[in-house]
This record gives sequence, structure tokens and C-alpha cells, in this order.
Amino acid sequence: MRSDRSSSAPLGLKIAAIGGLAFLHIPILLIFLYAFTTEEKSYQFPPPGLTLQWFAVTWNRPDVWAALALSVKVATIATAIALVLGTLCAAAVSQTRFFGRETISLLVILPIALPGIITGIALRSAFSMADIPFSFWTIVLGHATFCIVVVYNNAVARFRRVSGSLIEASMDLGADGFQTFRHVILPNIGTALLAGGMLAFALSFDEVIVTTFTGGQQSTLPIWMLEELIRPRQRPVTNVVAMVVMLVTFLPILAAYYLTRDGDQIAGAGK
Amino acid sequence: MTAAVLFENVSRHFGTVKAVDAVDLEIAAGEFFAMLGPSGSGKTTCLRLMAGFEQPTDGHIEIFGETAEGVPPYRRSVNTVFQDYALFPHLSILDNVAYGLMVKGIGRQERRKAAEDALAMVKLPGYGQRKPGQLSGGQRQRVALARALVNKPKVLLLDEPLGALDLKLREQMQEELKSLQKSLGITFVFVTHDQGEALSMADRIAVFNDGKIQQLGTPEDIYQRPQTRFVADFVGSSNILSSATCARLGVPAAAASLRPEAIAIGTSWAEQLTLPGIVTARSFLGAVNRVSVDCDGEKIIVASPAAMPVPDIGAQVQLAFSRNDLHLMEVA
Repeated sequence: MRSDRSSSAPLGLKIAAIGGLAFLHIPILLIFLYAFTTEEKSYQFPPPGLTLQWFAVTWNRPDVWAALALSVKVATIATAIALVLGTLCAAAVSQTRFFGRETISLLVILPIALPGIITGIALRSAFSMADIPFSFWTIVLGHATFCIVVVYNNAVARFRRVSGSLIEASMDLGADGFQTFRHVILPNIGTALLAGGMLAFALSFDEVIVTTFTGGQQSTLPIWMLEELIRPRQRPVTNVVAMVVMLVTFLPILAAYYLTRDGDQIAGAGK
Repeated sequence: MTAAVLFENVSRHFGTVKAVDAVDLEIAAGEFFAMLGPSGSGKTTCLRLMAGFEQPTDGHIEIFGETAEGVPPYRRSVNTVFQDYALFPHLSILDNVAYGLMVKGIGRQERRKAAEDALAMVKLPGYGQRKPGQLSGGQRQRVALARALVNKPKVLLLDEPLGALDLKLREQMQEELKSLQKSLGITFVFVTHDQGEALSMADRIAVFNDGKIQQLGTPEDIYQRPQTRFVADFVGSSNILSSATCARLGVPAAAASLRPEAIAIGTSWAEQLTLPGIVTARSFLGAVNRVSVDCDGEKIIVASPAAMPVPDIGAQVQLAFSRNDLHLMEVA
């Protein structure tokens, strides 16, 4: 423990820290502010007046609802696929030894390390070559590639902490593979899966690049927002939607953070 | 009578490593059987072969007359107490103990009752609502025991069951395990590297080295009549006398083992064998003094009762022992 913990930082450092945080977060506050502006064609500062009318306008726009529904559907299905595949993959990599284990571990993580544009181009050309029409399902597949990584990373970290003898103990006590998964593995990796799933959902929900390359005529919420910014009419509607997107993605991430933080006790450290 | 566990020429190879190499073994029903050996000697692999976590590369295993190879762990009437206890951290103690009954589909009331009885048996009544993390090492050990015994296994396997406990608790658990085994009549097979534990608890001991059984017998057999140099060395700390020393004693043999506590310093009777030597070191160990004596280049350790006077370093002494305590070995 450091002894000078309570002593305060130099003034310069404090100002730099406050400045850095302000630079990061003031633009976000501005987005919130312009959701209430009375000026609909341009962002002038300060806003000439404040109003709540854009919330009603947004509520009554069918294109917003269509985009939101598509985004939620894509994110839900991509997350579901990622949960199944990511967990299976994490189980294989952490519980067994086989030839090429390290390579597979790297290949699974690669999609999130690759720039989205590479993933996008690769998937687009693959879909074209295989004559798969661009549709809802191609977007889901595109999103699943990076959602798997998030679930895998969370699950693999937790699997490592579930000691192998817990699984052996369960089998020894008469539980078959399925019972062991349900009564021992799932309760121990549950919060990690929930956290991974929430992160995956949030990632998918605001994905733009891969969606641009793999989508057909549909536009998800972020794509709709990009298009909307180009049109100089009813601009604050975009800000209202941006606020909603922030809440929808931020809350799961926050929840994921708290869930994994509290799960720190090591499963199976029975000494 | 059917053997509890039968190994016929069983091998388990991992690549080129012969963890278990052509082992024959017969454990009688109701026996307290110890598998003793250093780490890597194959004793734990043998236990895992009985539990079903490993399958033999070669050979045949029977558990109470039923062929065991190919049978998964969850279909064997065998339960294991794991070295790290492997209690389920997310379940209460009661649910841990009732786990085996739960997966067998036994009703909630009945399994609660059975689990509470099992906890009472290991002297932990009323601990059911706690989590494993709230118990001490010794208590977790008892829970692991209750969790295995509640299933009424035909054979209970114990993997270094007392390894993580401190000395006092270990001695107490040794006695409890022994009396528990006697009262339940279940076959206990336990693995240990601690010779004291094996000698004090087991009815019979198999000493393992390099994947093979070196010697199998009662604790008295193993301790007093080691057949190989390895057993003599590993079980207790025997003196191994060379063929030259044996010849000087008038006992022709390739080698012979002699327990440190079988040797007296100074006093001798007519029928005893004697060896002259010089004291090179001595240390006080509580109940005994450990004295090193150099007999013509051969170092012999003597465990002399603390009540006896201890000669000074450099003193000329006469070692005396009975011919019966000298055990001849065929290989050096």
C-alpha cells in the first residue's frame, strides 16, 4: 500500500485530467442538448430555444421504428448465435488439449482485431461469390463474427477459473455430460455469459461498417442515422434517436461491468 | 469371493510415457487399501482408472466382477474424494452433499434427509446452509467425504485426502477415516505419498514406482521386509548394507536392509551381530536421537531412544542388532 495515497495531485495534473474528461464527454452532452433545440436545419450555438416536440415527432416516424426494430432483431439473433458458438469454442479451448489449440484461439479473436472494413469487404465478396443475396441474415452473420469474440473472451476467462476437478466431481457423482453442464458449468459461467452477451448486443446494435458491406436495402439504426444527418430536415430527430441508442447500449455495458466485477471469487479454488 | 477391484495386466500410456505399466492388482471387498509412491509413480493414474477418468491402454479392469473399461465415471458404483475436494462453490453444503442423489432423480425431501445424515456422520451437523468458501480446509474435507459416501458407493477412492491438512488435523482424520471405514464396511482405496499415513491406516499397501508395483503387502511386511532397495528407501529410511558389509557380518547377500531403530549402540548380546564404527553426526529429534555412524566407509543411521546416552562425535562405538532385523535383498 502506498503511504502517500491521500496526498493530492499537483494542480497542473488536475486541470489536465478535467480537460481530458471534458474533451471526451462535452460532445456527448451537446448531442443531448440539440435533441431539445427549436432550430431544425443546422446546429447553431447556443440553441435559439428549447422544446420537447422532437420526441413526439420521432415517436410518429415509421422509418425510425423500422430501423430500431431491425437493429434489435439483428443484435438479438447475432448475440444468440455468438452465445452458443462462443461458449462451445471456449469450452473446447479451455477444457481440452488438442493439436492447433493455440491457433484456433487466435483465429477466433482475429475478427475483432481486424479493421471492420476488412471483415466487411471479405464477407461481401464471400457472399457474392457464393451467390447469397444480401439480406437480414447476411447482416446477422456479419455481426456474429465479432460478437462471438466478445462472448468467447468472457467465457474462456471464466472457464479457466472453473477447476477441471469440478467437472470430474460431477461425473463421479453420477451426472452425465448434460447434467454436468446444467448444474455445474452453467451456474459457474452464467454471469460471464450474461456479460459477454450484453457486450455483444451493444456492439452489434451500433455497428456501421460491417453492416454497410453486408446489408441489402435494409438500414439498421446507425445506418439510418448516418443517412439522416445528410438531410437538413428535422435534424433533432437524429439526436433524440442518438440519446435512445446511448441508453440502450450503455446500460447493458454497465450491467456487464458490475456482473463480472462481482464474480471475482474463483470457482473451485477449494483449498 | 469377488474382488472389489481387479486389475489384470493394466497399462496406461501417455504417448511414450508409461504412467501405469502392466499392473496386476486385486483389492478385496471391505479392505482399506493404500497406493503409496512418489509423484509420477502411477498411483494416481491407477486411481483414475478405477474412477473412470482414464481408460486403460491395455489390460482388463473389474469392479465387483463387472468389466469397467469403457464404462463412464457416472455409471460406476465408485465415488471419489478429490485432492482439492472439488466442492461446487455455487451450491450450499447441503446441496453439495445431495448432488449425487439429485442427479439420480431422488426426491427433495429424501435427499435432504440423506444429506443431513451424511453430514452428521462426518461430524458437521447443521452446516448445510453454508457455502464451501465459509468452511475451513478440514471441514471441506469432511464435506467431500460426506458427498461421496451419501451415494453408498461400493468402492470409495481417496486421492491424497489429507494432503492439504496440517499435522494435527491429519492425525485426527486418519483415525476417523479408519473407524469410518470399519463401521461402513466399504472398500476404501487411497492414494498417498506419505508412508506414515499408509502404514497407520491401510490393511494392505501397494508401493508404486515408475508405473509398476514394487511390493504389495501388509504395513508390517512393507516396513520390516522390503523386497527392493526402492521400497526400503521410500518406506521409512532404511539403511542399505552393501554386499561387502554383509560379508563382514558373515551373511552372504547382494544387499540387506536394516531399520535405524533396530540398532543399539554399545550394548550387545552374544547372539547379536556387531559392527564397529565412528560417530560422525548426531541430532535430537524429540523421541529419538539420530546418530550417523561411519562403519568402514559405510554410513549407517541409528535411531537411538532419547533416554539412552548419546556418544560424542568422533567416538568409537559398537553397533549391535539382531540377525532377524537384517533383511536380505536379491538386488542391490
